[in-house]
Amino acid sequence: MELLEMGKYGAYVWTAFGLTFALVLINEWRVRARQATVYRDIEVRIKALEENE
Amino acid sequence: MSGQEHNMPGMLAGLVAVARRDLLLAWKRPGDVVNPLFFFAMVCTLFPLAVGPSAEQLTFSGPGVLWVAALLSVLISLHSLFLSDYDDGSLEQFLVSPQPLPLLGLGKTIAHWLTSGLPLVLVSPIVAITYRMPGSVVLVLMLTLTLGTISLSLLGAIGAALTVGLHRGTALLSLLILPLSMPVLIIGANTVSLAAGNETYSAGVWALAAYAVGALSLAPYATAAALRISNE
Amino acid sequence: MWKWFHQLASPPYFYRIVPAFSAWLMVPGLALIAYGTYAGLFLAPVDYQQGDAFRIIYVHVPSAYLSMLSYMILAVAGGIGLIWRIKLAHAVAASAAPLGASFTFLALVTGSIWGRPMWGTWWEWADPRMMSELILLFFYFGYMALRSAIDDTAKADKASAVLALVGVINVIIVHYSVTWWSSLHQGQTIMAKGGPAMDPGMLYPLLAMIFGFNLLFGSLLLRRTRTEVLFRERRTRWVREMILSPEGQS
Repeated sequence: MELLEMGKYGAYVWTAFGLTFALVLINEWRVRARQATVYRDIEVRIKALEENE
Repeated sequence: MSGQEHNMPGMLAGLVAVARRDLLLAWKRPGDVVNPLFFFAMVCTLFPLAVGPSAEQLTFSGPGVLWVAALLSVLISLHSLFLSDYDDGSLEQFLVSPQPLPLLGLGKTIAHWLTSGLPLVLVSPIVAITYRMPGSVVLVLMLTLTLGTISLSLLGAIGAALTVGLHRGTALLSLLILPLSMPVLIIGANTVSLAAGNETYSAGVWALAAYAVGALSLAPYATAAALRISNE
Repeated sequence: MWKWFHQLASPPYFYRIVPAFSAWLMVPGLALIAYGTYAGLFLAPVDYQQGDAFRIIYVHVPSAYLSMLSYMILAVAGGIGLIWRIKLAHAVAASAAPLGASFTFLALVTGSIWGRPMWGTWWEWADPRMMSELILLFFYFGYMALRSAIDDTAKADKASAVLALVGVINVIIVHYSVTWWSSLHQGQTIMAKGGPAMDPGMLYPLLAMIFGFNLLFGSLLLRRTRTEVLFRERRTRWVREMILSPEGQS
């Protein structure tokens, strides 16, 4: 496909775009994962405190 | 209260007293001054060993190598700027003293430059000559190093204040200082290169002077803020 | 209006409103990026100098822009936190750093990939913009290293704010010194990325990408800050009540 080739620069262009989207997705995932972890850790601790009272 | 006012030392006296104390301490421990100079000389020796001693290479790389070596040498001497004061509690005294903290920090910085930057400037011709630097260029080197090391001491004090008392502070200090010192390095080294190539180099000298003046007026405040924060 | 700002600085309020707000940023952002990517890759006319390789501009410029914007945000937020002692500001600064650093890294990598077909080399030291970007990455590393070296959060906040403020001034000076240095040492002419004038077919996708990435970044930053706020406030009553209250939080 001519579009995929990008006039012999295909590898460069697609790698650049690919890396960009990968990085955005990684950041997105990290933000979500961090929120989940932090929330869970706090939840566990608070629930434990509740039970001990 | 007013009767006690004129017994209190003035601001300048505070600065001078702090500087004198540091200079006296350095006098008693000459190693602190001399070791960075040896480091400077050794780094300058490394390059011909690593890259080859051809005359062309030396004259071409001389300004850059000397400047990098000077920068690294100043870096080494920076980490202990506030360290002993932090350890023995003198730093806390600075914080509660009626003298303005920026001036006290400036006093220490001045003493630091006198014991690191100035000796470097004085020793640099010796090393420069081994790099086959012509006399006129050596003068430019000394001029740029003077202005540059002043800026480095001032900026370095900020970094030293931020990292004093931190675990593994030295490596962190280097990481902080090196980006801050890049303009000085770039302008200083390249100005000397221009001089070596017989081109006009005054722009760089003025830029370094401006940078030094700017650092002199602003850095002490940042250093003081950093000292307060570090000492909490 | 001031009342809203005041409310905004309150952690529980901020925590509550971010998810909705962030969606308002992300959806248009993604739409703009989708348009920009499609138009940039397939619709924009080919550059006569650089061929199709110039299309890398559509990811390189937004990344570079974000890397610098992020540092400004970091410094300003740190300054606000330092001067007015607003804790939320410090949380913003702490969150902006890793995001900004990753976009700086991306800018460097995409720039390098672009450089290879253009200049024949993976890295051109003489390009002032890439050099400034590299030094900016060092500034980010220093900031993050200082933060992690100080255990006490409040102290880390203040120290890194001072560092960021000093850094912001220096970043500007670095840019000018590197540009001057590059003008001294340019052997071959560095091809200006983007060419002479940009025709609209090339420009609009670029603007869309820049805007879209900005919105996306805003969404990421807000959500990351939200988590940071939650973490810092983990021992407060409002957090406890929120967690114990009927679930439905995330």
